[in-house]
This record gives sequence, structure tokens and C-alpha cells, in this order.
Amino acid sequence: MTVANLQVSGLSKRYGDFVALAPTDLDVAQGEFLTLLGPSGSGKTTLLSLIAGLSQPDAGAIRINGTDVTYGAPYERDIGMVFQNYALFPHMTVAENIAFPLQMRRTDAQAARKMVMNALEMVHLPHVAERYPRELSGGQQQRIALARCMVYRPSIILMDEPLGALDKKLRDHMQLEIKRIHRELGTTIVYVTHDQEEAMTMSDRICLMNAGEIAQLGTPDDLYFRPSSVFVADFLGESNLLDATVLERAGDQVRVAMPGVEGAQGASAMVYDPMVEPGRAVKLLLRPQNLHIHDGAVGGDGAHRDGVATISAKLTDIMVTGGMTKLYLQSSVMGGAVGEGGGVGKSLVASFPTHRRGKRFEIGQTLGLAWRADDAVAIAG
Amino acid sequence: MAAPIVILLAVMLIYPVGQLLLLSIRGESGFTLAEYQRLFASSVYVEVLLITLKVSLYTTFFAVLTGYPIAYRLSTLSGARKQRLLFWLLLSFWTSFLVRTFAWVVLLGRNGVINRTLLDLGLIDAPLSLLYSFPAVLLGMVHALMPLAVLTMLSVMENIDRRLPSAASTLGARPGTVFWRVYFPLSLPGVAAGALMVFVTSIGFFITPTLLGGRHDTMITQLIIDQVMQALNWGFAGAISVLLLAVVLVVFFVYDRLVGLSTMAGGAGDVKTGKRRGGWSRALGETVLSALGRATDLLLRAMPRHKGEQGDGRVLRAIVVLLVVFLAAPALLMIPMSFDSASGLAWPPKGFSLQWYQQIWDSPLWMQAVTRSMLVGIGAGLLSMLIGTPAAFLLVRGGMRGKSAMLAFVLAPIVVPRMILAVGVFYFFAKIGLVGSSVGLTLAHTVVAVPYVVITMMAVLRNYDTRLDLAAYSLGARPWATLRRVTFPILGAGLLSSFLFAFATSFDELTIALFTSGGLSTTLPKQFWDEITMQISPVIAAVSTCLFLFIAALIWVAERLRRRSLAT
Repeated sequence: MTVANLQVSGLSKRYGDFVALAPTDLDVAQGEFLTLLGPSGSGKTTLLSLIAGLSQPDAGAIRINGTDVTYGAPYERDIGMVFQNYALFPHMTVAENIAFPLQMRRTDAQAARKMVMNALEMVHLPHVAERYPRELSGGQQQRIALARCMVYRPSIILMDEPLGALDKKLRDHMQLEIKRIHRELGTTIVYVTHDQEEAMTMSDRICLMNAGEIAQLGTPDDLYFRPSSVFVADFLGESNLLDATVLERAGDQVRVAMPGVEGAQGASAMVYDPMVEPGRAVKLLLRPQNLHIHDGAVGGDGAHRDGVATISAKLTDIMVTGGMTKLYLQSSVMGGAVGEGGGVGKSLVASFPTHRRGKRFEIGQTLGLAWRADDAVAIAG
Repeated sequence: MAAPIVILLAVMLIYPVGQLLLLSIRGESGFTLAEYQRLFASSVYVEVLLITLKVSLYTTFFAVLTGYPIAYRLSTLSGARKQRLLFWLLLSFWTSFLVRTFAWVVLLGRNGVINRTLLDLGLIDAPLSLLYSFPAVLLGMVHALMPLAVLTMLSVMENIDRRLPSAASTLGARPGTVFWRVYFPLSLPGVAAGALMVFVTSIGFFITPTLLGGRHDTMITQLIIDQVMQALNWGFAGAISVLLLAVVLVVFFVYDRLVGLSTMAGGAGDVKTGKRRGGWSRALGETVLSALGRATDLLLRAMPRHKGEQGDGRVLRAIVVLLVVFLAAPALLMIPMSFDSASGLAWPPKGFSLQWYQQIWDSPLWMQAVTRSMLVGIGAGLLSMLIGTPAAFLLVRGGMRGKSAMLAFVLAPIVVPRMILAVGVFYFFAKIGLVGSSVGLTLAHTVVAVPYVVITMMAVLRNYDTRLDLAAYSLGARPWATLRRVTFPILGAGLLSSFLFAFATSFDELTIALFTSGGLSTTLPKQFWDEITMQISPVIAAVSTCLFLFIAALIWVAERLRRRSLAT
């Protein structure tokens, strides 16, 4: 069994009474792209800073390639780091910046020169070697920062929200670039971001953090389709969370009773949380793209046939965001009475790809919403 | 908006100095260079010039060397700890040169603190002759100018990206290498600016060499004083002044060529102006710095490592503490001595008595000096506010061409050696009968104080969010109403703090007062100077303490206000 590239065990850090990081365990495999995702204050930057050696933990251990580096200095850890504002040395040219870590490792000047040019070619910027960082655009500086921490092939590359300062188009482009470089190099990357789309796009695994703890660790698929808590369900992508009560459970299938769906059988859903048992109040997770629209109210609320549950709702808003069209609806299921002005509680969101010749909807219309049982997930809430 | 300041500087700076320069080349019959010939003919005068340069160069070197660790530490601190250290530094900066130099006279004297302590400890048999020597002058000048070096270097160091040392560390650089190859090169523009300010200030110094130096340590400004006060030789004094001014201008010119004057304001120097240093000099620099880095790292590795804190942190802190004690101690020593019950200035002070403070209170000479200084100070403060604030507005907000020329003009009183201004103004006042008048002195002090007002207000205005004004306009307020009800209240703290800085500058001012006041109409510093040069008594220690504490309180308040105004 190969030793994981990075092993974090029981690592914790507090500032006075504030727990920045609760005791945390994390293993990162060789060549993996792991993203630390979470809102501000979730502990992801603290964790990254501890791994880098820029701050010291209160307890726990960090091992890189099997060596304990818990209290070691950054320069003893065989890491590379890309900072949010790039931290390129302004008094050195691009080539000198990239050559710097090679000089620290006493690399021969000739060989260093070659490695610098290779690094520049890898980030598609071979012509800027003699320029100074201030003469480059934000995107170019970011790529140079990347080249600088790749050139000496560290075991682990850490990235602290490197794309935060770039505009959307550039960010999307850079995401692909970083993925490409990751594939070509095969280095382990630990990436910090608060942008869940970015995390979903780039990661092999996502470590979603909240209030200093890991909320869920898994592939983007795991977190998106099989969230373990309401926080995870809510954080990643858009979600509809409906109140329900468990009637019966059989393995990974459950039947729940929920307002708006009549019948003793209730609605069916998937479940992955071992905590969910009959009688338990749960939230039913439905992604907007899994809510399908029927014209008009379905005959008899909550008709449940062929594994498809249905409720009726009133359309309150339509938003066309380019490729996707989103419908905002209100239904008694969500606690607000249909037809009353000033909706109470959250709206339901249903989305589908925008089509020129698609169905036209009107605000105020009553629609039926249907979903497949295996698209719904029951989460202990 | 610009008119008042232009008029003020034209009348009170350009005209008097110009007059003085003209005097140097005017002879019995038209233009002559006789005075300059006289200057360079005699070896005495040339020697004075050389001594001035020598003292200034040594002072610059040591002031920058000792100031660097303090500035470095300050740039890495934040919050309360930074404010504390900054307070001690500013206190030293604003404490009058007179008070500090006098403290050294007391410290180094035959019966002074150092000698007495060494005698009592049995380390020496007879008092050492420490005063009236080159080392004494150097010590006094470095002590006086170190805060200036620190503050100038600090402004550049604070602009260095904090992440860069961390980045270097993750790339494999040890602390020594991080400092020498990353931090130090980026701080060099600050070092250059600090060196410039210290050098230019020190060649215009006369207080320290007069009080601490011997006959062979005469500096050029002492020469000017002699020629004016003793020999009444305006022409010759003018020639010396021209020489002094020429040296200052040459230094500025050379500095601009090598480094770029934009570094003074915390800019990045030749990096910004796109100057590229030649290939081989860069390679040489890099080799030297790498070697220094490796040497430092070897040294650090030899020291015991502490978990979680790098070794050099502790050493740096100790050095900085020692330096700050060095800066503050002399003036603080005046305090116990002022309560001495014995009749002479001796160490250690015996008993406790308020007799010296009583003497000040009873002396009409001292009291009127205090009153006059207060009046002139308030007058100069108000006047420089009235003139300087519109100029600051113009420089920050007015879209005018030649802004840097205007700024250079406004800051000229800082650059032109105070002595030249003092002599020029004296000559000017003598012709129009303003010598010895408070009005004249107030005007002269305004010239000197105005640059500080402009600098402070410019910083405050730059920080001011002009969108607040726009919001007021959009809500229906006219420009004047907006100024009255939105701008000024917010700038209020800044206005008050620049008044206090201007007041402190005037209150402490000696050079101009030396010539334009006298007899029953002296200022406090002038009275102090007269007393020191005549006899040393504990009364002076008492005056020192009062001055010190007064200025300390003033600066504390002014700093708080300035910070508050920048925080909005």
C-alpha cells in the first residue's frame, strides 16, 4: 500500500477561545487534486497554512511522504505554494523569480536555465522571461506564480484561492489551465476556494469544511448527489429542501410523508445517512434540474404513480440566466399558502435548459412539479 | 487657493534667500567673486567644509545603520505594540534638539552621569574627557537624527508586500536568505531616502557641534552665525550660504539620478521609472546578497532553535529595545536631575526640591519667553493652517499641471537649510524693522511650519472618500454647504493634528529665533540657548523637563487625532 502523500492527523488550532480548526484527520493520495472548500471562517485557510508551515498547530501531526513535518519550517517541507496575490518578487525578473527555488536547492546554473524555460513553456509564457512582474497582467502573473512553484517539482502544491482576483472569463480559462498542468505533472495539489463551482470543476475530491470541522469528504459526485447533511446539500449547487417525515426504510430506499403529497404511501426517496430511521424528521433534497414541470395542476394533489411524485405550485418568478431557465414557485409544501401575496418561506426552484421554442410560462400560473424517486435524497436535518 | 502660499513663500523664502545670495556676489563696484575667493583661499574655511562633510557622512552612515532594525521591527508589528514603539520613536523625533543635545552635555560632562557612574563603580580613577570631541559630536548627531532615518525608511518598508517573505520561505529560502535576497533589496529605496534626509539635515546642524564639539569640530553653519553675529559680514555669510545650498542641491540631484525622488514618498524608485540596472551590477549584487544570506543562515543554524519561533526574532527585539532606550534615556534623565536639591548639576541628584521650577516661575525672563513662544506658536500654527490647507486641497484635488513642481515649491522650506532661511530673513527684517517683533517671527515660523501642514493634510485628504461629497451633492447640497457640513467635520481631526504639528515646530524652533529675537523679546528655545552657552545649571534641566513633557503631550494628542482622521 502506497503511503499517502500527505497525512494530517488530529491537527487543531485555536486563537484564544476561537476554534479555528477542530482536531482534523485528512489523507491526500499521491497525485490527487483535493479542494478545501467552505465559507469564510470554516478553517480551510487555517488548515492550508498549517500544512505549509506558515503557522504552528496546537496539537496533531502532519506527515509529508511519511516524514513528520508538524513543526518544521516551510523551507523544510518540499512544498510549493501559490498565494492569492501571487507574491512574485517585484525586484526580480520573471526568469529570476522562477529560478529562485532552484538556487535555494543549489541547482547548477545551466540546468536551472533550462528548467526555467521549460516551466515557462508549460504555462505558455516563454516570451516574458526578462520582464518584471509589474509589467504582466493578473492572469499572466498567476501563471508565473504557478510556474515558480512547479519548476522544482515539489511533492505537494498548495494553492490559496489563486483565482480570486481574476474576472470570470479569465477564471474559467485558468481553471482549465490548472487542470491541464495537474494532469501533465501528476503532482498532488491541495486547493483552497470558497467557490463551489470551481471546486466541483477541478477536484478529484472535495473536503467541505464548516466552522473548523470537515462537513463531508468525498468526490464532487458524492457531495452533490449524496450529501450527508443539510449544510452540504445547501452549499453545493442549488437545492430544494422539503420537510418530510420517514414512514419506512429499506436499505437505501425510504418512504416519507410530506405535505402536498397525499396517500398513505407517501413519496419515495433515496437515503445514504445511517441516522435516518422511521419517525425521524428529514429534509428531502431535490435539485432544481430534477423538478419537472407539468402544465396545470395535476389531478388530485400528490398523485403518486410509477415512482414519480407530484405537487402543485404557483409560479412567482422566471429567470433566464443564459443557458438555464429557472422558475421560482411557491407551494404549500414549503409552508407558504398558495395564492397569498407576500410569499412566506423559501421558494422552490425548478430549472431546465433554455430553448428558443420552449414552453412559455406566465407568472401566477399554477403548475405541477414532478420528480423521480431516485432523484430525491432524504437527509437527517 | 494657491495664492496665499505662493505669496508667503515668495516673500518670506525666495526673496530673503535670493537677497542673501545676491549679497554674496555684490561688491563695491558691481559683481565680484571676492567673497568666494576668500572662502576657498583660506585653509581654515576649507577645513570647516571638510569637517562638515565628514561629520555628516559618518552621521548618515550610523543613523541609517542603527535606524534600520527599528524601522524593520516597526514595519512587522501591528496594533497596540506598534503604537507603543511608534510613540517612543515620535517622542524622540519631536523632542527639541536643544533638550536632547543638552542631555548629552550633562551625560558626558566631567561630573556627568557616565563619568560619575564609572567612578563610583571604581572602573576609572579620574573623570574621562568625553566632551568637546569628534565622537561626542557624532554621538549627539546620530542620536538626534536616528528618528528621522527611521521614519523615512519606515514609509518604504510598510509598502513591502508581507507575503513575500512567506513565499520565499515556501520556495526553500531560510530566514537569512529571505532577508538578504528578498526584503533588503526592496527596502533599499527607503534606506536611500533616509540617508538623503539625514545627510541634508546634518550639514545644516549647529546646535550639536556647538555644544558638544571642540574647536576642531566646527561645522559650516557655525561659521555663518559667526560672520553674521560677530563680524557683521553679510557678503561672506552669503557666500557660505550659497555653498551650503549648492551642496544640498547637488546631493538631491545626484540622488534623483541614482534612485529617483519618487522614493521619498514610499514609491519603488527606479523600478517605477523603468530604469534597468546593468547586467553585471545586478549579477554582482545578487552574488553579494546570496553570500550574505548563506552566511547569516549558517550563523542562525548555530543558534539553538525554539519551537514555533525563529531565533532572529528574539535578537532583533533585544536590539530594538536597546536602541529605543538609547534614544529616550538622555531626555528622560533630565527629569530626576531637575528635582535636585543641590545647587549644581551633579549626578546622582541629591534630595528632592522644586527650587528650579520655582526659579523658572519667578524669573520674568523665562516666563516672558514662554509666553512669547506660546503666542508665536499659536499664531504660526493658525496661519500655516489657513495657508497650507487650501494648498493641500489644490494639490490633491485640483487637476493642475505641474503638480510635482508645486509640491517641490511647497516643500522647499524643508529642503533649504534652516540657517540660510534664518540669515536671509534676518537681513530682510533688519531692512524693514521687523527684527525682534513677534509678528515677524510668526511669519518666519509659518514658512517653516507650512510644509508639515500640507503633508499632513494631503495624507488626510487622500484618504478622504470623495464619494461622500458626491453623495451630498446628489442629495441637494451646494459645494459650500457640503464643505461645511460634510468635509470639514470629517477632516476636523486631521486639521487639529496638523495645527498641533505646526505649533510644535514653531515652539521648538531655534535657528530663526536666534537672529530675529533677543533681549526681552526672546522665545523659549532662544532663552534656553543663551543659558546653555553661558552657564549650565539645573534650571535648564527643569526647563528641559517641562519642554519634553509638554511636547510629549502635544504629540500624543496630535498622533491620536491624525490616526483617527485617517481611519474614517
